[in-house]
Parts: sequence; C-alpha cells; structure tokens
Amino acid sequence: MTTSFKKVVIIDYQMGNVASVIKAFEKLGAKIKLSRNKNDIEKAEYLVLPGVGAFGDGMKNLKQFGIIDVLSRQVKKGVPFLGICLGMQLLAERGYEFGECKGLGWIKGKVIKLKSPTVPHIGWNDVRVTKNKKILSNLPDNNFYFIHSYFLKPNNKSIIAATCKHGHEFTAAIEQGNIWGTQFHPEKSQSSGLKVLDNFLNYHA
Amino acid sequence: MLKTRVMPCMLFNGLHLIKTIQFDQIRNLGNPVQMARVYNSRNVDELIFIDMKATEEDRPPAYEIIKDIIAECFMPLTVGGGIHSIEVIHRLLKIGADKVCINSEAINNPAFVTAAAKKFGSQCIVISIDVKQVRKDHYVFKSRGRENTNITVIEWVKQVEKLGAGEIFLTSIDKDGTMDGYDLDLIKKVSSAVSVPVIACGGAGKVQDIIDAVKLGGADAISLASIFHYGGHTPNSIKQRMYNAGIPVRFIDKNQI
Repeated sequence: MTTSFKKVVIIDYQMGNVASVIKAFEKLGAKIKLSRNKNDIEKAEYLVLPGVGAFGDGMKNLKQFGIIDVLSRQVKKGVPFLGICLGMQLLAERGYEFGECKGLGWIKGKVIKLKSPTVPHIGWNDVRVTKNKKILSNLPDNNFYFIHSYFLKPNNKSIIAATCKHGHEFTAAIEQGNIWGTQFHPEKSQSSGLKVLDNFLNYHA
Repeated sequence: MLKTRVMPCMLFNGLHLIKTIQFDQIRNLGNPVQMARVYNSRNVDELIFIDMKATEEDRPPAYEIIKDIIAECFMPLTVGGGIHSIEVIHRLLKIGADKVCINSEAINNPAFVTAAAKKFGSQCIVISIDVKQVRKDHYVFKSRGRENTNITVIEWVKQVEKLGAGEIFLTSIDKDGTMDGYDLDLIKKVSSAVSVPVIACGGAGKVQDIIDAVKLGGADAISLASIFHYGGHTPNSIKQRMYNAGIPVRFIDKNQI
C-alpha cells in the first residue's frame, strides 16, 4: 500500500459515525486528524466529510463552526475531498429533508427522498459502475453498506461513478474532479469499502 | 438488489452476554467482545447489541464494552439499552455505533423519537418493540415484557413510523428463545403496516423458520441468537440455505479484512 502518512483531516462537525471512518483510514496507514480547526483544514492533504444525520442539521453545524469558506477554498485549490453519505449529500445545492435547505452547492443538483416501498434503504446492496472513474477502480466486489432515505440527484449525469437500485436507480458514488462522494458507507463495507478509501488516498498517484 | 440481512443479536446484562427464553430463564453466554470477534470473522451483515438491564438499573450504556466491541467490528453495529437522551445517542454514534435501538423511552416519551430522528436522521433510529399475543391480538409490552401497555402493535408501529423511526426491531416475547419458529402472523402484520424495514426477532430454531419469516412474513432482516448457540448453524450455512430458497443474501468475499 502506498498510502502511508498522508495527512487526512476528517471534519468534526458533530454529525456522528466518525470512529469507524477513522478506524478504516488508519487501517490503510493514513495519518488522521479529527478536527474542525481552520488551520488543520488548511494544512490537510485530504479532506473527508463523513456524516450521519439530517441535511439541515449538517449545514447548520458547518455554518456554526464557521468552516464552509475554508473548505470551499481548499476544494477550489484541488485538495481531494471525499463526502460520505450525508457528507456527499451536503455537496448539493439543495436538500429536502425536513423542509428545503441550502447545501454547499459544489455539485449542481438536489437531494431528494427515495421512492421505494421500503425506506430507509438499509443494508448491503450491489452498485453498478457506470463510468470508468478512479473512485471505484479495482473493487474486489460490488457490495456496499447503505443506510439512507435521501439521495443526491446531480444535474450533470457524467459525474455519476456508480448507481444502485432500490425501488429505482439512484446515485451511489460521484466523482467530479477532486470532489468525490459515496452514498454508501465505505468504512462499513469491509474490503470493497477499504478499496474505495485506498483509491481516494491514491488520488494523486 | 438489496440483501436480506442476517444479524446476530447480543443480549447483555451488564456483566456478560446472556440468552433468555420468553424473556426469562437466563443463561450466560460469555464475553461480548470475544463474541463480537467471532461474528466479525463470520459472514454477518450487522450486529445488534442490547444492554437489557441498563434501563432497569438506571445506568448509562456500557460505553467501554461497546467501544471494545466496535474495535472488533468492521460491520455495522446497532446499540440498544439505556437510551433516554440525545446526548447518549450522540456519544454512542461518536464512538462508532451506526444505529441506536430505543424501546421504553419511545413508549414513555414519543416526542423523543422525533427529536432523535430530526437530530441524527431517521435511518439511525431503530425502535425496538416487545410484543405478546393476548387473546387474539398482539400488544406492546414494556419493562422487559412485564407490563402490557394496552397498545396494539399495529397502532404502535404506525405511530413510531410517523414519529420518525427508521427501522423496527420486532421481538415476539412468546417466541423468544423457544426455537420453535417466528410468529409469522405478527411479522406479516407489521411489515405490511409500515414502509420502514422490519427486523424479525424471536423463535428461529431451524433455517426454514428464517426462510418463512422472510418469504411469508416479509421481514427485511433476521435477528438470530439461539440458533447459533444451540442449533449447530453458522451465519454462512444459514445464508447458503436462504440463497438456495431464492432469498438475496450477501456472501463474504475472499479478501475479507
């Protein structure tokens, strides 16, 4: 593995599930800092926005901690950025969980509710890789763990790296330059998930 | 296609893992962290850990043990028992739990379900419901099955879904630990009344029981305990039989971490 000692900052915005994300990156040999400190974010080689929770609360916390500007600057500079689950959804322009709410807007599109007989979509499901992107290269298998009720619908379909089906097809992973996102939880998806994180850490390779 | 989940349930009494029969006749099953390690090495899709004495003994969840369990698990973990505040949920998610399972607090204070769902998202709020058949209907019981709330299960599942529950963990007290099959009537009633996933718990003694709970009952996930300890089955042998019966399941990959 060629990922040793890469400085990964996992954004601590109090939206849960960080321990598993840290554990997974550490398993890959990355140097992890859980932080919402602007200096840390500025020095990060890789940025990860995890997240479990509601869209509105996620945005509220990012605003409250005053880190949206520094994150935007870093992303514009080309720092690899991975949003996981809610962390990917927040990249959109708008979300509709518990009322309409503005998102980060780095990805043109919106976050809407799944239309399926069973919602939330919880469990292991296979993804269909739609584009030959870095994020899902060399996967051991296509099974990932999902837990969500909403999904990101980007305006530009060409950024969709994979889709999944639950009631209908929806975005499972995106890659727009240095902005990556997964609706599934790579940190909970055993070897396939670790491969996604490893691909992320090899962004510059 | 979404796979039907096979989820071992670890019942904890504050000291060690236990199993019960109809919520009674407690037997010791040993160390939870060791058990989590075994389950992680097998083909399980998720784990449920329930501290059944936390509420009764009025103590917080056993954070240190839960942390040790999480360190062993590279699969999702649901934690239940003693969850009465937003702060407790926040702390559990922070140490790495994926979902929390709420039982008595939902009954005593239904607004808590909504507050938790708004704060953390419905998908991580599992409502645990203990059910007993009384005459011809199924009723929700509280205090580990000792007290009938006089609420029918259908009334309650519809209400908790509206309140923001993301999943139902449905336990039949009558069937718990008996190994003589799930209460199919109960599972069927509940899974057709709500659109959130239903995890069926209580009664699995043979693999056909599990297949029936999914195919006839409509369960989205299966929680198991006794069948592993006394039934001579492994998660893999169970999944293979489920697969042969036409149920989508997830098989372990060779590069298992």
